[in-house]
Amino acid sequence: MSAGTNVVTADRNFPKHQDLVEERLVLWYFVAALTFMTVSMLAGTLMGLQLIRHNPLPAIEILSPGRWRMIHTNAIAYGFLANAFLGIMHWVIPRLTLRPCLNRQLSYLIFAAWQFVVLATAVGLIFGQAQGLEWGETPVWIDPVAQLGLLLVAINFGAPILQTRGPMYVTLWYYLAALVWTFLTYAMGNFVPEYFVCGSSAGAVGGLFIHDLVGLFVTPLGWGMMYYFVPILLKRPMWSHGLSLVGFWGLAFFYPLQGIHHFLYTPIPMFLQYGAVLSTIALELVVVTVIINFVGTLYGTGGLVVTNLPLRYFYTGILFYFLTCLQCALQVTMTFQALIHFTDWVVGHAHMVMFGVFSMWQLGVMTYLVPRILKTEWYSTKWCEWHYWASAGGLLVMSGDLILGGLFQGWSWAALQPWDASIRLSLPFWSVRLVAGLVIFAAQLLFLLNFYLTWRNAPRSTSVTEPASGLATA
Amino acid sequence: MFERKSGIILIAGIGFFALAFLSNAVVPVLMYQHMPEKSVKELINGNLRYQFEDLAQRFPEAFEKAYGQPPADPEQASTWYNDHCESALKLGHQIYVGEGCWHCHSQFVRPVSNEDRRWGPVSKSWEYQNELQRPVMFGTRRVGPDLCREGGRRSSDWQAVHFFNPEALSVGSPMPRYPWLFDGAPDKPTIRGLALLTYIQWLGSWHETYPYYEDYIPVPIKTASKTE
Ligand code: HEC
Ligand code: HEM
Repeated sequence: MSAGTNVVTADRNFPKHQDLVEERLVLWYFVAALTFMTVSMLAGTLMGLQLIRHNPLPAIEILSPGRWRMIHTNAIAYGFLANAFLGIMHWVIPRLTLRPCLNRQLSYLIFAAWQFVVLATAVGLIFGQAQGLEWGETPVWIDPVAQLGLLLVAINFGAPILQTRGPMYVTLWYYLAALVWTFLTYAMGNFVPEYFVCGSSAGAVGGLFIHDLVGLFVTPLGWGMMYYFVPILLKRPMWSHGLSLVGFWGLAFFYPLQGIHHFLYTPIPMFLQYGAVLSTIALELVVVTVIINFVGTLYGTGGLVVTNLPLRYFYTGILFYFLTCLQCALQVTMTFQALIHFTDWVVGHAHMVMFGVFSMWQLGVMTYLVPRILKTEWYSTKWCEWHYWASAGGLLVMSGDLILGGLFQGWSWAALQPWDASIRLSLPFWSVRLVAGLVIFAAQLLFLLNFYLTWRNAPRSTSVTEPASGLATA
Repeated sequence: MFERKSGIILIAGIGFFALAFLSNAVVPVLMYQHMPEKSVKELINGNLRYQFEDLAQRFPEAFEKAYGQPPADPEQASTWYNDHCESALKLGHQIYVGEGCWHCHSQFVRPVSNEDRRWGPVSKSWEYQNELQRPVMFGTRRVGPDLCREGGRRSSDWQAVHFFNPEALSVGSPMPRYPWLFDGAPDKPTIRGLALLTYIQWLGSWHETYPYYEDYIPVPIKTASKTE
């Protein structure tokens, strides 16, 4: 089943778009996502200012930079990325399966519950109740609620997918697997190292969790989305179905095996560390096949990728994905780890993956979907262009700067320089990062404003509360 | 199989996940089975007790305000100190986690990059088999130095002033200030301040190299007194 035949047909036999997609909810998810993105960037800015010792609000307990650093990462992961993914899934899954989600009320309940989880996490973190697990800082009392939320998400989206007959399209492989993985990953990471195992074993589980959260929650939802939107925008099927298969199964097999690469040279047994290194390098080969598939799909479409803004977002993200994975294959080797672990190199890598790849994809999808849902053009397409260039440019400067700075930090430490030498040499890098961050921040604010003004322009008659009839265009 | 629901849920979704969990998590758990997890009470050692009682000497008013007076009977006083030391360690750990100290400080010394010369012996698994390493505080980023050999390296006075205002002691430090752990002055730590000091002084107190200083060579007198 190819994406093309599946999506654009508006035959009478097929259910109507407005019966399938809860458009209002998609928009709500986007608004929530962008709101948390703003919160996260405020937090990032605070931490960035702290590092260059210009924290304008020092010595205030609830503005403790350490706490806000955790808000920065959690608001991005659970507030921005997760919300945007949920919104996009509300569009993609019903359209691919031709079945609505299990239950409309449940969809809204999940929306509310998820916002509660993210807000409660932020409040908990502000009041110093973090859980000592990277990416799992959500206070322990919220974990069961989040777990239940993820179960509901799996049921609500799983139902239409499970009702489909026969082989499924690539996107649904990724989505279906991600629904299972996210639930399992969250359970493993938040409960096992907190209640059951300690020390190095907890480190091994924690590493799995950090990694699976990126690899088994964000990555499959991201790629699933790409396999859906890229063929639609290019109006052609994926270049090679075989490579799609290799990409999915390679990812499914190798990704979960590499958690420990976050804790190399720790007391975790060495052979496990080597195993994680090897499967990381193996995964890079798989990633190359995925990239080839997407470049192959693009091949021969002329300058479409330049002129079409959402496509440009997608392929920029794919380019950054290639870069991060290449970087990963290098940085995972023990030689490189000795130098760059603990430095800003890793932070540069993290921003490139989280913003350069997944956020860029999601922003691209938003750029594409918002006018379709609101049934009006963007208030300003020029601002959309600015949003793209400032995001991509800011990110490029930010991660390039941090990656380079990380090398110098590593060398300074290995040379047994006094600690403040490494701080002093980091200052220029931290300053550039902050400026680049503010550019990214400004771009997102502009996008939000554009979104708001577009919404205000939206025709009243086709107000989003009652979906317009007869719309089945892609 | 490869494009069907059952294959994706069972093989990829559950199977591969379980395989990774078994090989990457269950294996180390089984390997460390012979090292039972220590409770916080079991973590209190002579070095730490010394540091805790030292806090009572340095900050008598703050200490009394936080914990009251120790009983006169030496036997009972000892239990009293142990009990409060235990609760201080727990609270200190909670603050360390809640303030996100672990996002700027690691707690393990690697066998590479000259780290053992800077911070002391390379970390071993047995050091982490305790309640305060659940979840483990390895950390993934070092804006500041590693802390797993920090105990005893600096006096609690230094640590208190440093928490109150890092720049007072370490010019140009990007470490945030933590004045809310004090009653307005560095010599007046609150119960939370005392707890964090206890936690920091605990780090590495279990190790034979305690207290560790860079390139520390024992003075001849100490070596001489050993031979006697
Ligand atoms: C923004 C990152 C950051 C945060 C958050 C942070 N620190 Fe620091 N810390 C540093 C830096 C940088 C130094 C080195 C400069 C200095 O001595 O102030 C340092 C130094 C230290 C030292 C002295 C180490 C030595 O012996 O030289 C201790 C102890 C310490 N920090 C403990 C803590 C504790 C406890 C917390 C949480 C309450 C914390 N730090 C939070 C960055 C941070
Ligand atoms: C205003 C823009 C931003 C600024 C100023 C900023 C700043 C920071 C700072 C200071 C840190 C802590 C680094 C450290 O501990 O040394 C950080 C970490 C992080 N940020 Fe940002 N950030 C920004 C935007 C983003 C965006 C948009 C994303 C993702 C979409 C993101 C994802 C992350 C991640 C994943 C980490 C954790 C890195 C790690 O632990 O390795 N940031 N950021």
